[in-house]
Amino acid sequence: MRLAEIVTAGVLALLSIYLMWKSTELNVGYIPDEGPGGGFWPFWLSGIMLICTGLIAFNWFRRTSPPSQSTDVLLDGYGKRTLVLVGGGLLGFIALINIISMYGAMVVFLIYYLRFLGRHSWTLTAILSISIPVVFFIFFEALMRITLPKGMKFTEPFYNFLNTIIY
Amino acid sequence: MEILGLLTDGVLVSLMPINIILILIGVTLGLFIGAMPGLGSVNGVAILLPITFLVPPGSAIIFLAAIYYGAMYGGAISSITLGIPGASTAVATTFDGRPLALSGRASLALVTAAIASFIGGTVSNVLFTIFAPLLATVALAFGPPEIFALMLLAFATFVGLGGDDIPKTILSICLGLVFAAVGFDEISGAPRLVFFDITGFLHGINFLVLAIGVYGIGEMIWTIESTRGEITTTEARMSLKGIITDSKEGMRRGWKGTAIGSFLGFFVGILPAAGATPGSLMSYGVAKLMAKNPKEFGKGHPGGVAAPEAANNSASTGAMLPMLTLGIPGSPTTAILLGGMVIWGLTPGPRLFTDQPEFVWGLIGSFYISNIFALIVNLAFIPLFIWMLRMPFTVLAPLIFVLSVVGGYAATQDMHDVWLMLGFGFGAFFLRKLDYPLAPAVLAIVLGPIAEPTLRQSLLLSSGDATIFFTRPIAGPITIIAIILILLPLFKLIAGKMRRAGTTQA
Repeated sequence: MRLAEIVTAGVLALLSIYLMWKSTELNVGYIPDEGPGGGFWPFWLSGIMLICTGLIAFNWFRRTSPPSQSTDVLLDGYGKRTLVLVGGGLLGFIALINIISMYGAMVVFLIYYLRFLGRHSWTLTAILSISIPVVFFIFFEALMRITLPKGMKFTEPFYNFLNTIIY
Repeated sequence: MEILGLLTDGVLVSLMPINIILILIGVTLGLFIGAMPGLGSVNGVAILLPITFLVPPGSAIIFLAAIYYGAMYGGAISSITLGIPGASTAVATTFDGRPLALSGRASLALVTAAIASFIGGTVSNVLFTIFAPLLATVALAFGPPEIFALMLLAFATFVGLGGDDIPKTILSICLGLVFAAVGFDEISGAPRLVFFDITGFLHGINFLVLAIGVYGIGEMIWTIESTRGEITTTEARMSLKGIITDSKEGMRRGWKGTAIGSFLGFFVGILPAAGATPGSLMSYGVAKLMAKNPKEFGKGHPGGVAAPEAANNSASTGAMLPMLTLGIPGSPTTAILLGGMVIWGLTPGPRLFTDQPEFVWGLIGSFYISNIFALIVNLAFIPLFIWMLRMPFTVLAPLIFVLSVVGGYAATQDMHDVWLMLGFGFGAFFLRKLDYPLAPAVLAIVLGPIAEPTLRQSLLLSSGDATIFFTRPIAGPITIIAIILILLPLFKLIAGKMRRAGTTQA
């Protein structure tokens, strides 16, 4: 935790500096008769952020904040595994949306999560990973008329067929 | 008397078939969300907001408010039967609820919690109905300096009363405000903070993208990682006869706690940004202090269940008061409701009472109806909720993730935002692990678009003189209270040091 605390503070300090620099693209001072410029608000707020990261680093140095005293690691083996499996699953889910459509990606993600992470039976996995996308499809496409991404061209005949049902 | 007429109209609005169905679904979902460890009202409202675009705004907010309400009831169920709070608002309920359950009195604890919640909700609804129109009338006279001063107070509450690491809280607030500034500068029309010239940033960062990223993804991964699948439930046998005798006992021993929670919760809830969590913790503390025998608290006293439960319901209604009348959320959940109102095309603030009376009074009327429904559903289905708590998190989690991804897309219909949401989710996970509070950032991204223009208009009014926030009759006191709240932790630190220095000398 102790290492993570100071590294995070450092990353946030860099982010603050980047935000300050980015804000200077617009006027960060007071323009007579116009009020504060467009960069004024984000520039000074990022400045306060930078001061805060300094204070966090100071507390780290004095070992006053709980993470700076903790000898635990930020992520133990279980934590790392969880993050990779769950976070990686989400990453794959979102990456698949543009290829096999939102609904296709949903099916793959649900099978992955329920069967391989949850170790549930194939029956439960099949019921949930088919019914959930169907409910979403009815809700979004048919009721709300919000079209979710349909992925690449090859999914077209399938969705054209479904659209003839709902429209 | 005029208020009674308006309230009757409001209750009639909320009794329309569509609204009554939404209230019923809302409180049931809310009870479940509140009972599920790792899910609180704020997660539920953030994840489910995108699907409310289906119904008119008036019904959508009634639905979300019913979830908020139900979650306040539901939190107690897992605090008592699992010993882990179902939501942060029910942390104080574990102190006495868990010992009661372990000594075989789970039913007494659950019934006391439900009845105290109902009384807390009713008291706060009446207070709300009386105060809201008054406050809205006063607020009509507010100009930019007053509104900015109130924003400052909202953020100051987090710093002074939030109880988290101060630099981390301030950093979280500023980060949310800067994210809110991405897109276009509203006053000059120039593009601003378009990171790496990615066009997706031109339409700004929608508050829902941050809220779902934090509460739907970051907190979920955090919950999965920190609970490690170890949860055990305590059985609770319920019968109609048992409910009646338990409610008698619960009220006999818990009436004082209920009364304290009902009133204290409401006023803490009104404070901008404070919400139900500090409200319930403070009420527990005060109830213990004022009890005949404070030592019984913590060992399974019904008063210790009644006080925080009455308070969290009361505070959730209280938190709606500044949201509706001033346009400033009283809690993280109401911050998301406020953002929703903006999406629905409603301008929050005092004018809502004159421009959209049906919307406002329909919502107020729905508080009364939701409160009754939540009590009935809660008492009738406690065994069912306990059964559902055994549902493995590996079934619930993927459903929440799917809802989050779809919700994040539906809000803006841009894949850029889905990726951004995932990024926020991972960021939130690590920051959460290192004790950075994230609710302030979500509140800030909602308030940013109000705070910045009011600051700039105020400074324009005064030609750049910042004393405008101190010299106006309403803005002045608010600003001073805000500054005192910001400095409060510093005073405490110095006082603590002096006391320690004193004891070492003696």
